[in-house]
Amino acid sequence: MEGDTLLYSRLLTFVTLGFHIVFATLGVGVPVMISLAEWVGIRRKDPHYVLMARRWSRGFVITVAVGVVTGTCIGMQLSLLWPRFMQAAGHVISLPMFLEIFAFFLEAIFLGIYMYTWDRFRPIVHWLLTLPVVIGSSASAFFITTVNAFMNTPQGFTLQNGQFVDVDPWAAMWNPATPSKVAHVLASAYLTSAFLLGSIAAFRLLQGRDHPYYRKALRFTMAASLVFAVATVVAGDWSGKFLAEHQPEKLAAAEWHFETKPRAELIVGGVLDPETGEVAYALRIPWALSILAHGHPDAVVTGLDAIPREQWPPLFVHYVFDAMVLIGFYTVLVPIAYFGYIWRKRAVPRLVLRLIVWGGPLAMLAIELGWIYAEVGRQPWILRGYMKTAEAVTTSEGVGLMLVLFSLLYIVLAAVAAFVLLRLFRNKPLEAELEERRVIL
Amino acid sequence: MSLALVGITVLWVFLYGYLIVASIDFGAGFFSFYGKWTGKGAVINDVIDRYLSPVWEVTNVFLVFFLVGLVGFFPDAAYYYGEALLIPGSVALILLAIRGSFYAFANYGARESTLFLFLYGMSGLFIPAALSTVLTISEGGFIIEQGGRVVFLANELLTSPYSWSVVLLALVSVLFISASFLTYYASRAEDQEALEVLRSFALFWSLPTIFAGFLVFVTLREHNPQHFHAMLDVSWMFVASMGCFLVALGLLMRRKAYGMAFLFVMLQYAFAFFGYGVSHLPYLLYPYVTITGSVTSPAMGQALIAAFVGGLALLIPSLWLLLRLFLFDARYVKGLRP
Ligand code: HDD
Ligand code: HEM
Ligand code: HEM
Repeated sequence: MEGDTLLYSRLLTFVTLGFHIVFATLGVGVPVMISLAEWVGIRRKDPHYVLMARRWSRGFVITVAVGVVTGTCIGMQLSLLWPRFMQAAGHVISLPMFLEIFAFFLEAIFLGIYMYTWDRFRPIVHWLLTLPVVIGSSASAFFITTVNAFMNTPQGFTLQNGQFVDVDPWAAMWNPATPSKVAHVLASAYLTSAFLLGSIAAFRLLQGRDHPYYRKALRFTMAASLVFAVATVVAGDWSGKFLAEHQPEKLAAAEWHFETKPRAELIVGGVLDPETGEVAYALRIPWALSILAHGHPDAVVTGLDAIPREQWPPLFVHYVFDAMVLIGFYTVLVPIAYFGYIWRKRAVPRLVLRLIVWGGPLAMLAIELGWIYAEVGRQPWILRGYMKTAEAVTTSEGVGLMLVLFSLLYIVLAAVAAFVLLRLFRNKPLEAELEERRVIL
Repeated sequence: MSLALVGITVLWVFLYGYLIVASIDFGAGFFSFYGKWTGKGAVINDVIDRYLSPVWEVTNVFLVFFLVGLVGFFPDAAYYYGEALLIPGSVALILLAIRGSFYAFANYGARESTLFLFLYGMSGLFIPAALSTVLTISEGGFIIEQGGRVVFLANELLTSPYSWSVVLLALVSVLFISASFLTYYASRAEDQEALEVLRSFALFWSLPTIFAGFLVFVTLREHNPQHFHAMLDVSWMFVASMGCFLVALGLLMRRKAYGMAFLFVMLQYAFAFFGYGVSHLPYLLYPYVTITGSVTSPAMGQALIAAFVGGLALLIPSLWLLLRLFLFDARYVKGLRP
């Protein structure tokens, strides 16, 4: 029974966070795109871009609502499922959680104002309202990510007889994992949002709705995607270097790197024999892991042999990590291909449009994979080096039933949200809205 | 003031804020369902929509603030409640989730669906009932420590007269606070028809709040005599609450100064809520958790308070802007502006 409670609690956390992160990512990234589009529209006096901001923001409120609802679920579930962890967290890392609420407040208030004042202010004043929304949502991502970083590299306290003493909230927040993690999380959220909006435009173009609005939207979102994709990959590389230094077991598990050595090769894909630790059918890139981990081919990379066996993370994270990195390169290459055609003033082939359509969902998949890697790769620890996941779990019974109930809730929410979004854009197709607002081409 | 006292004061003020804004919202959900059912829907829904749409998200943040603040200021209290309340907490969350998503969906047409409206209206009654039981639980006797484990006695809670009177008080309060606010809003909108309907709701639910309040007093005396006597020590606060209620009722009956009437309703609840809170101290959970025993370290406490002050400096001007645009702008309220 005890074991089941742990398993179900982990599953419930996984389901809730995995669901929340879809909407949270959009909640962080889409305001940036809305703000950029409205600004471009005002600067170039091009109503198409303003209309983009308008249509995106209308869909955005729906995703925000689901984000808020599921976020409230996490906030409370953490206390309900992991009371001992939250007790510890409360003592040491509650400052950023507290600050996050103010960031939400700021975002919530100005989003409400923004949505209901399209025709009440001068355009530039209305655009200014996007700034607190962007700042609020990115700041909330920053704060919550510092909490997660703290779980990976806890610091800012001393543990004495089970009590947390000498607490330094500032040091806990600025732990070694914070910089690279925040950079990667923010960049990937912007990337995913830009690419998803691009997917929609490409989808319309493929359907034959060949309106200049869609071509502008595609070009605009692809330019943003390219910038954010490069930033994501650079920040991801930084995250890898961070891991090599501070959390070597996580990197070693992802790379199936068993033996500590210099000039380490990078293993991509493959099949592992769990008995012997032999890897078959893999692509091997000499020196690449040493370069990835420390920026130098001669550098020594810590392997799993340096870690006690019972503290190894699950080894399947190798595939999760590889898939994320693959998608990372995809999101860089596809926009480059697209701009290749644009710059040579050639028609963009349907194949490239199709690849763009796939890019949005794939980026979202990479977000999920990234988090699964980051969280599963931390196991068996919940607070690395201090508290095991099994020690933190609730002693209540009934977690299994709650897992069923919440899963049902998320299925319903996902279905209704999809239904409402589809209906929203079908009831107000672009062409009708252009006419209604008398946007002249 | 000690850190523990500052912390609990901050949290209590926010809980009071949530009590008011959430009651307005929960009650409005019930009234729109009731309106649709009895055919008076069109009249009041317009008023309700125009106020609720822009502020819906803000309400929820008040609750999250309280939850996170509790973890921050009193981590041990969060531990006790978290360990014990898995099932009731989860049920309340699911209700909140259904309701929260309704807002956004409603803006795009789902409000016409009676099923949705039904869920919206009913969750607006069940949530306050569920949340108010946390206050009941804090009185002790429902969470006990047994062999190192924290156990929640659900049966005790379900058979306790005190617990049911608190639920009753929560329900009638929600409807009263909401109706008196919406009456004020309708009067600002100069929507005579809606005003009449909402005013009659407010009057209808006014006396039951006092009755339920008495019931809570009487049953608390049985359940937790210690707290009951502490309440008698600050009885002036409850008398003041009663006085504010009478003023509000008088204004409503004489069709005068609806804004002032709502202000007095807020004061009525402020006095009662803070009277209850002050006499509850130092306990956060009878008899296990006190504010001084569970408070966080001084370093964290100071950081939280600094964050709080900074946050307020940002928040108050923003909230003021929001209210000015959507509550005090007569042309928006009347529906003349988009
Ligand atoms: C669009 C999403 C996306 C894409 C394309 C990538 N990542 Fe990523 N990655 C994330 C989204 C993400 C994430 C969801 O943001 C994670 C999860 C936890 C975190 O800190 O960021 C993450 C975690 C994460 C970690 C673990 C960090 C930690 O646990 O502290 C590493 C080492 C990388 N990534 C590296 C990369 C590399 C080298 C990439 C490409 C070449 C890459 N990621 C592409
Ligand atoms: C990097 C990961 C995360 C990001 C980017 C993120 C971002 C967001 C966003 C954008 C929202 C919507 C808020 C709004 O628009 O007002 C939200 C809601 C919320 N999130 Fe997350 N979140 C993340 C992970 C988490 C985690 C792990 C927790 C729990 C500790 C959490 C707790 C919450 C809460 C409590 C809310 C609801 C706040 C409200 O009621 O307004 N989030 N989150
Ligand atoms: C928003 C981004 C996040 C996502 C998508 C995410 C995802 C996950 C996943 C997939 C698991 C399951 C891992 C497993 O059981 O093997 C997990 C576990 C967990 N996460 Fe995260 N996480 C995020 C951030 C956070 C943050 C910021 C916190 C703390 C405030 C947190 C606290 C936890 C806890 C307590 C568990 C359960 C214990 C465990 O299994 O390690 N997570 N999370």
